[in-house]
Amino acid sequence: MTLFSKTAAELQSLLHNKEVSVKDLTEESFARIAKTDDDVQAFLALDEKQALQRAEQLDKEPMDGRGPLFGLPIGIKDNIVTKGLETTAASRMLENFVPVFDATVVEKINNAGMVSVGKLNLDEFAMGSTTESSAFRTTRNPWNLDHVPGGSSGGSAAAVAAGEVPFALGTDTGGSIRQPAAFCGVVGMKPTYGRVSRLGVIPMAASLDQVGPITRNVTDNALLLSAIAGVDPKDSSSSAKEVLDYQKHLTGDIKGMKIGVPKEYLGEGVAEETKNAVQEALKVLESLGAEVEEVSLPHATYALPTYYFICASEASSGLARYDGIRYGHRTEHAQNLDELYRKSRAEGFGEEVKKRILLGTYTLSAAHYESVYKKAQKVRRLVAQDFANVFAKYDVIIGPTAPTTAYKIGDTSIDIATKNASDLLTTSVNLAGVPAISVPCGFSNGLPLGLQVIGNHFDEATVYKVAHAYEQATEFHTRTPAIWEGK
Amino acid sequence: MNFETVIGLEVHVELKTNTKIFSSAPAHFGAEPNANIHITDLAYPGVMPVLNKSVVDFGMKAAMALNCDIADIMHFDRKHYTYPDNPKAYQISQEDRPIGTKGWVEIEVDGKKKKIRLNRIHLEEDAGKLTHTENGYSLVDLNRQGTPLIEIVSEADIRSPEEAYAFLEKLKAIVEYTGVSDCRMEEGSLRCDANVSLRPFGQEEFGTKTELKNLNSFNFVRRGLIYEVERQEKVLLSGGVIEQETRRYDEATGKTVLMRVKGEADDYRFINDPDLPEIHIDEDWKSRIRAEIPELPDARKERYMNDLDLPAYDAMVLTLTKEMSDFFDATVEAGADAKLASNWLMGEVSAYMNAEQKELSETALTPEGLASMVKLLKDGTISSKIAKKVFKELIEKGGNAAEIVKAKGLVQISDDATLRKMVTETLDANPQSIADYKDGKGRALGFLVGQIMKASKGQANPQLVNKILLEEVEKR
Repeated sequence: MTLFSKTAAELQSLLHNKEVSVKDLTEESFARIAKTDDDVQAFLALDEKQALQRAEQLDKEPMDGRGPLFGLPIGIKDNIVTKGLETTAASRMLENFVPVFDATVVEKINNAGMVSVGKLNLDEFAMGSTTESSAFRTTRNPWNLDHVPGGSSGGSAAAVAAGEVPFALGTDTGGSIRQPAAFCGVVGMKPTYGRVSRLGVIPMAASLDQVGPITRNVTDNALLLSAIAGVDPKDSSSSAKEVLDYQKHLTGDIKGMKIGVPKEYLGEGVAEETKNAVQEALKVLESLGAEVEEVSLPHATYALPTYYFICASEASSGLARYDGIRYGHRTEHAQNLDELYRKSRAEGFGEEVKKRILLGTYTLSAAHYESVYKKAQKVRRLVAQDFANVFAKYDVIIGPTAPTTAYKIGDTSIDIATKNASDLLTTSVNLAGVPAISVPCGFSNGLPLGLQVIGNHFDEATVYKVAHAYEQATEFHTRTPAIWEGK
Repeated sequence: MNFETVIGLEVHVELKTNTKIFSSAPAHFGAEPNANIHITDLAYPGVMPVLNKSVVDFGMKAAMALNCDIADIMHFDRKHYTYPDNPKAYQISQEDRPIGTKGWVEIEVDGKKKKIRLNRIHLEEDAGKLTHTENGYSLVDLNRQGTPLIEIVSEADIRSPEEAYAFLEKLKAIVEYTGVSDCRMEEGSLRCDANVSLRPFGQEEFGTKTELKNLNSFNFVRRGLIYEVERQEKVLLSGGVIEQETRRYDEATGKTVLMRVKGEADDYRFINDPDLPEIHIDEDWKSRIRAEIPELPDARKERYMNDLDLPAYDAMVLTLTKEMSDFFDATVEAGADAKLASNWLMGEVSAYMNAEQKELSETALTPEGLASMVKLLKDGTISSKIAKKVFKELIEKGGNAAEIVKAKGLVQISDDATLRKMVTETLDANPQSIADYKDGKGRALGFLVGQIMKASKGQANPQLVNKILLEEVEKR
């Protein structure tokens, strides 16, 4: 068993009582990584020397004035830039790329006194839901190493689930925090668009991307979001809305709260065991005094193509800068500028990235702009309006995070209905820009299932409150995979 | 067959804000290559643009001075193209919601006034600069990357190269007056592309246009258009068709040469920039900027004509640049006669600036200095001949005319007794000239005046010398 089965608060009291030091916690993290990461393959880069130096320095700081996250280890998804530490976005294009500045979220976790231990695997440029499109490795699900951890923040979710770090940062463009959190049995929050600064986050789709915390429990998750949220003068899309101390909202009291369950979220493609787990979860919430009613998000099915087109369009735009000239992969076989561009990009990008660049470029071309891109923008507003209509009457929306448990690695037989259901459950949240969390809600064949709680814009407090009440009434979050015990 | 010329211009003006439009790097001309850059300008992974609000102020000021409607809500779009001068592979510009629309500029050609409508004015970032070397490599300098620009797009209202010239002169004057740009074509802070087509008189529909580039002065714009109009006319008259193409003006030959044929229109894949939220421009913001707009050239011109009785030509020339016009105002303010001040500024001062290739501010001349000289000239203390000597001193070394005159003993001799003595002495010394004059040879008088002026070292008042000479020669 590891120290990381404890909550942040418990670790703080150990630090306070000098039962452990920051250095001990940091060493514990590297020891856990040494023990399990050959199997899990969550980390792309480790920062051991720097982390231990920092830990020693932090240990010298007085006990007074330490925050709730002080001295705790954290892993960072490798599409978030870290000064002096290789950041690749899991792409050959950025292999060996060393950023010259820290992302704002990295500054914030540093300011909170956390210790960054390294960079976590993802699908290349966050494009995928299994980490299989990573140019460097496929991360494995700590609950069953034959299965994927989900994605794109698969490294982040797997590292937390494997007890390698108690905290990780992920990014979510269409479900990339929530789905891997569900697959790995951990807690993953995608905050409201604009809640967390995107400066230093390598964009996949700039109007959808958002950084969020992945942790083993809701309370720790709320603590980390409070630390990284807030307006950033260097990110004009970040919101100036006040950041709440979310932990204070974790009262366990959800009496009278109105929960909407969209019928579209429990339809075709969602596995029976998933539906059952969600129904059981709703019963738990009802037993806590919440009112559960069926609602409808009528445009949910249109969210899929809308998401694909918008996401690919913005991705094609954001990735256009990788030209082999100023940084990143440059071909050795170019005779002229045109060849330099074509070959550098052909060699640097993987298949999934190329597919999306092609789709996005096509979507934005003059011939299809009106009929596809503009239309997608209109549908996006309708999708957002669906949520607004429900939130006029309900406090949260609840459904499954993913239709099934984690797929087998290399499984190409996943049916289209499952894929569609999977995207339907998560992407519309990004299109609407609202916050959503995934919390463990059961197991099937030894693999975790996730419950998704969606809230209104900037109402992370209510999302956390409901998720926390549910978590405290259940025991799923306390389970650990066998790998924790050394197997 | 007779053709009507149809011209539309696209003018890029660099705004002289301290920093770039989306990064904190300085936006100045003339630094070492790649000295004025920030990682944002290099488009490093994860960087984000942050709008420099003073760019909106500057752009709005220019748009207001050019009579545009100002947007209540505007946003930025990404315009994609791949080239090493463009690190993000998109330029941040404004496509569907520019800062200003529906403006106009009034021009005057051959005494006829005409309004040229502006379709739009939008904000955007400039690209970097490429230098192609002889060994086949190209060098990238990103100092200019992210320098704020406004692009001013006229309607196709211009009907001749002369109108195009007048439009540019007026546009430049107005923008320069607002203080948002230096509008120096030689430094690239004002650049112009021209679209030109011909159509039979009376035809509603536009002909196929060509786009002219590399027009590096207003004169080149005019000459390029003249050449292109003739070229198109020849093609059409010989039964040919005009291809939609981009043509480059060649300064050496004065001709336009084909750069590229525009097959399908360029596809820039415009997309609303998600990194930059909408900008809401409220009435307070607009009023604040409107209050900062100074008196513009047309208003000044009117004032010069109505209040100072200057001829229209003087008023036009003086108001071409704010520097000249401000200088003139200050000179008159310092007590100079307006017409005399105007004559000197348009004449000697401009000639000196041209000869020395200097801006007015680079000379030693001050409005007070010029006014002091004009005053002495007006009250007869110095002759215009002496004034030229004083002027040379003023423009090269500065100072005050009265002091120069005193120090150099250049005061005009207007004392009757002194002059009469000089005249008498000259007459005594030149009996032959007197005889010639009496014989009706008027020229002899000129010779005598010359002799007297010479004797006085140019200080004698020429009008009085003439008068006294006539009186004295009649006595002989």
